[in-house]
Amino acid sequence: MSELRFEGVTVRYGRALTAVDGVDLTVPSGQVVGLVGESGSGKSTLARAAVGLVEPASGQILLDGSPLHSRRPLQMVFQDPYSSLDPRMTIGDSIAEAMPRGARRRDEVVRLLELVELDADRVSAYPGALSGGQRQRVAIARALAGKPEVLIADEITSALDVSIQGTVLNLVRTLQRELQLSMLFISHNLAVVRYVSDIVAVMYLGRIVEVGPARDVLGNPQHPYTKELLAAAPRRGSTSLPPPDEALVADAEPADPHHPPAGCRFHPRCPIGPLIRTDREHCLTLDPTAEADHRLHRAACHHAAGVLRAVGSNPPVHLQLKEDSQ
Amino acid sequence: MTTQVTTAVNAPTLNAHPWLGFAVRRLGRLVGSVLILVSAAFLMIHLIPGDPVRGALGPAAAQSLVDAQRASLGLDDPLWQQYLDFLHHLVTGNLGTSITTGLPVSDVIRDRLPATVELAVAAFLVAVLIAVPLGLAMGVLTRGGRRPRAELGFTSTAVVLAAIPEFLLAVGLVYVFAVTLHWFPVAGRGNVASYVLPVLSLAVGPAAVLARICRVELLAVLQTDYLRTARAKRLPAAAIYLRHALPNAVTATITLGGLLLGGMVAGTVLVENVFGWPGLGSTIVSSIIAKDYPLVQGVVLVYGVGVLLVNLAVDVTLALLDPRSTIRES
Amino acid sequence: MRRWMAVLRTPVGTGAGLLLLGVLLLAVFAPILWSHQANAIDTDHLLQGTSADHWLGTDNLGRDIFYRVLVASRTSILLALLATSIAVVTGLALGSAPAILGKRGGRVATAVVNIAVAFPGLLLALFFAVVFGVGAKGAVLAIGFAGAPSFARLTQTLVAGVAERDFIAAARIAGVGRFRMLVRHILPNIAEPLVVNATIGAGGTLLAFAGLSFIGLGVQPPAYDWGRMLGESLSGIYVHPAAALAPGVAVVIAGLAFNLFGEAVAKGLGAQVPRARWTDRTPEATPAREDDSDAVLVVEDLHVSFPGPVTPVRGVSFTIHKGEIVGVVGESGSGKSLTALAVAQLIEPPGQVRAAELSFLGAPLLGRLPVRSTAAVRRRLLGTSFAMVFQDPMTSFNPTKRIGVQLAEGAREHQGLTRRAAMDRAIDRLRAVRVPAAERRARQYPHEFSGGMRQRAMIGMGLMGAPALIVADEPTTALDVTVQRQVLRLLETIRTEDDVAVLLISHDISVVAQICDRVLVMYAGRVVEDLPSTELATGARHPYTRALLAAVPDLDTALDEPLAVIPGRPVDPARLPEGCAFAARCAFASDRCRLEDPVLIDQVACWHPQAQAEYSNFRTGQR
Repeated sequence: MSELRFEGVTVRYGRALTAVDGVDLTVPSGQVVGLVGESGSGKSTLARAAVGLVEPASGQILLDGSPLHSRRPLQMVFQDPYSSLDPRMTIGDSIAEAMPRGARRRDEVVRLLELVELDADRVSAYPGALSGGQRQRVAIARALAGKPEVLIADEITSALDVSIQGTVLNLVRTLQRELQLSMLFISHNLAVVRYVSDIVAVMYLGRIVEVGPARDVLGNPQHPYTKELLAAAPRRGSTSLPPPDEALVADAEPADPHHPPAGCRFHPRCPIGPLIRTDREHCLTLDPTAEADHRLHRAACHHAAGVLRAVGSNPPVHLQLKEDSQ
Repeated sequence: MTTQVTTAVNAPTLNAHPWLGFAVRRLGRLVGSVLILVSAAFLMIHLIPGDPVRGALGPAAAQSLVDAQRASLGLDDPLWQQYLDFLHHLVTGNLGTSITTGLPVSDVIRDRLPATVELAVAAFLVAVLIAVPLGLAMGVLTRGGRRPRAELGFTSTAVVLAAIPEFLLAVGLVYVFAVTLHWFPVAGRGNVASYVLPVLSLAVGPAAVLARICRVELLAVLQTDYLRTARAKRLPAAAIYLRHALPNAVTATITLGGLLLGGMVAGTVLVENVFGWPGLGSTIVSSIIAKDYPLVQGVVLVYGVGVLLVNLAVDVTLALLDPRSTIRES
Repeated sequence: MRRWMAVLRTPVGTGAGLLLLGVLLLAVFAPILWSHQANAIDTDHLLQGTSADHWLGTDNLGRDIFYRVLVASRTSILLALLATSIAVVTGLALGSAPAILGKRGGRVATAVVNIAVAFPGLLLALFFAVVFGVGAKGAVLAIGFAGAPSFARLTQTLVAGVAERDFIAAARIAGVGRFRMLVRHILPNIAEPLVVNATIGAGGTLLAFAGLSFIGLGVQPPAYDWGRMLGESLSGIYVHPAAALAPGVAVVIAGLAFNLFGEAVAKGLGAQVPRARWTDRTPEATPAREDDSDAVLVVEDLHVSFPGPVTPVRGVSFTIHKGEIVGVVGESGSGKSLTALAVAQLIEPPGQVRAAELSFLGAPLLGRLPVRSTAAVRRRLLGTSFAMVFQDPMTSFNPTKRIGVQLAEGAREHQGLTRRAAMDRAIDRLRAVRVPAAERRARQYPHEFSGGMRQRAMIGMGLMGAPALIVADEPTTALDVTVQRQVLRLLETIRTEDDVAVLLISHDISVVAQICDRVLVMYAGRVVEDLPSTELATGARHPYTRALLAAVPDLDTALDEPLAVIPGRPVDPARLPEGCAFAARCAFASDRCRLEDPVLIDQVACWHPQAQAEYSNFRTGQR
């Protein structure tokens, strides 16, 4: 398996909307990167850019260090299993279509069906005869048929019933471990991402605002947005809502991707930002992504902890700025 | 500082001037369409295989006559020159001269246009006034599968009526009401009675289509979440239908109504021929048969512009009724 | 194919099919059989009326009109079919161009179609008739090309609908080429509507062709079709009406044959709404019991059924008290949303609601009311005290009305407020649900609101009166997690401040656990367990409740174990098994479970309720 790397990838829809804005992200070989964010954060667009469904306006997407060409060794599993299989094609044909030329199709289709725990006699069935969970297995089998170097899973469980979700997640985890797949796993559900991922990346308004090993990011979140997501995620046995944040930002509206705020994109909602602490005016004007590499988890926040070795003799950048602004 | 930030975030997601954008886009499209229409009318003559003048004057005409006519039409100039001349003439209101009668085309059109417009507008009004209330009423009566027999009767009548083309209906109406019953004149344009049959033959088909669509649209609106919200507000039935269902059902119906009005403008061609109506419709047919191309060109242009204006009217109406369409439309 | 046959078996389908078959057979055989009679010139009997020899009389050369009408069927139909195929092929090429040519070429094709489709077919036909010349050939081309734009538009719409589906994206990722994509994926998925529309289009073409021939631009002598026959006999309609009417009738019948057949197929293939006779058999309202003064909503043995018959809600009972938040959880098909709608009196026919008792603040909701005025009283009671919040805030507001107006409307109706006062109240309520800049927002349209703000406005709408109960059907499902929390908190605040009861429907057990006092777990139209939310994590006794809890990963789920799963899939309400509906998926099911349906006893409907100790066994007991 191979390493997938996004370098400064920007994707625009028309002139008005920048869905993905200068994203750097690496999916290391054989590992699962979980990408979380709310709707409109650009996470699905990033996935579509990787598989070539949309063209990035700038930046490049590299597989093992070399740019991708037309037929990509990347495959994708989509959110809606009712829309992702051609209703006029048998599932056998759908799977076979994704195979490279010259493969021994029949045997391979049967092998793949067994791999996703479906009966081999389903080969000639049409998607209409399958349940949502079964369709999602077929979609996974089809993705594997393309012998992908990297698998991209875009919200693959969110259209499924709760009781079905678990089986699909278990299957994905087992397959990933057995086949040593590199994988970009996208979900809005932090608990699901936590369950399957080695690395967690958090996306907000087209940018990665925090990324790091899953245990570290979830255990010691640096970006206030990550903290907010963690607070909103359910915990076992919690029977009350978590206490409200600072009143001013508790009811803030999610930002509009058409008009991203200047400076730190999270500042209008930030509980530690300029709305609450008037001394933090630099958040209004200075983009924290610029210095992200110097912070823990590459957090796009002026107030995240710095990386010890990166700080060196220089004081952290944000401290300097704060003084400047006063 | 703080308040400033909040307002910035809460600023409407709309463009600053949705109406301006709408007007610019829509006018741009109109100008483009008119240009294409004009070019098509110009090219029409050049697409005809063979010499159009020879065709118009017949094989017996003397070559000198043909040459003279060609020269007067400018057909021997290079194509771009002809095109520029054509545009220039159009702008100055000069549509050329009819080959058969020698009259200026613009005079012929001025003579005959009012009769056609009268017919189309009257038929449109009749169709809308019958179809929209009828369709909406049927929608209310047959909602959620109620009164299946009434629904079947309505739908099959509408399908049959919509399938009868205006000229056949015209013939049938003439036979029943003019020939047999002597209620209305067989042909011609004179008193009010002479309008009844032409207007009816033009209006019935579109009215049937419109009534069906109205019903379907109303049923679709009745299924929407926001209508359920209106019911959850426990508004009386009249308020639910008149305030929430009707405006939205009609919005969708207008688009189709516009297409139908365009169709009616064209339908006058056939109906005028049945009733000997002295409008543009009978003119275009006789001029096509007589190969009087300048006249054909002029009439095609008038019809085309008429249709484009109808479409413009529809889009503006929609924009006024539905706040989203100014943004959605592109 | 099987669906097409099914269409043909319906009465309308059979009739239309037979009619079309007859018309086509006539077109094939009439010229072979009757050409001689149709062309026989009889100068002794010119322009005769109806007689025994000539059923429909003769024309100006003494030829028999009846036979001529029969024989003309071939020319009329053949030319119409030719023109239709030109329209279909051209339209298909133009319409699928975006799929083949890629972005730029596609944009040009789309622009051409957009402009052409704005002009009526007849006008285009006249234009092409000038270009191609007068005559049968010219008319076929003219009508063919004139019909192409509308067919192209249809193809475009259908292609666009298919193109945005994920299987197309998946095929692109798999490296499927554009042409193969069109042939293998797109065309098969739009073939049915295309064929249906081509059939209906053939009917239209037939009529249009008759029109052109009628005005003298189509078929020229000596050939003849129905249109030409009609046009030539029109002038003699006073003396010889049959000659004019017969070809007209023939055109209409043939046109209808195509049209009706197409319509029948279209209707048969489209999703049919089950159409059963709707009868309101609800009994007279029974007065509510007086024993429970604190109860806001009493539901006793509630059933919701649809023709089929399907009964997705089968005997649900619960009571909600003042200021209580009760959650209803279940998977899709469990009947939870229908329960909410039934309680809110929003089930539309043909759905039917039955219940032993359904009362709100002591007033019965079900049943006809003897007096009209009581119905108005009931409406006002519901309008002011019963609030509803729906799942999708995007579609639940009327898109053409300003938010403020939509909020004010109910208050003007039920509380008799003036326009001004109602609007002030609306702004006040928007403020109460913490919509920033409420005054300005009230003047905006729904599409100018974000999802979370719309859901607040929806809750604000419920607060216009003095609600005793808010029924919220999946109010946070369409929202992001962080926004979800804001909305839930808002509901909780309203409950605390105004003592309002809330019925919260959700598929997400963790949402329900967070704000509810009590949770009803639904499965297959029944409440299978009713328990305080504090006991959810540890005290659940129904195997389904436990499985549901175990199946949802949360931030504390063990990473080294597979997730607990529930084998099988949720039951289809139309095919309920005997016995316990969950038995087939339950690890503890016995023979009794498969035969006897358990009822809700002691807050759980299970023959083998689990005790606390067995909880861990369950989790590892599954595969």
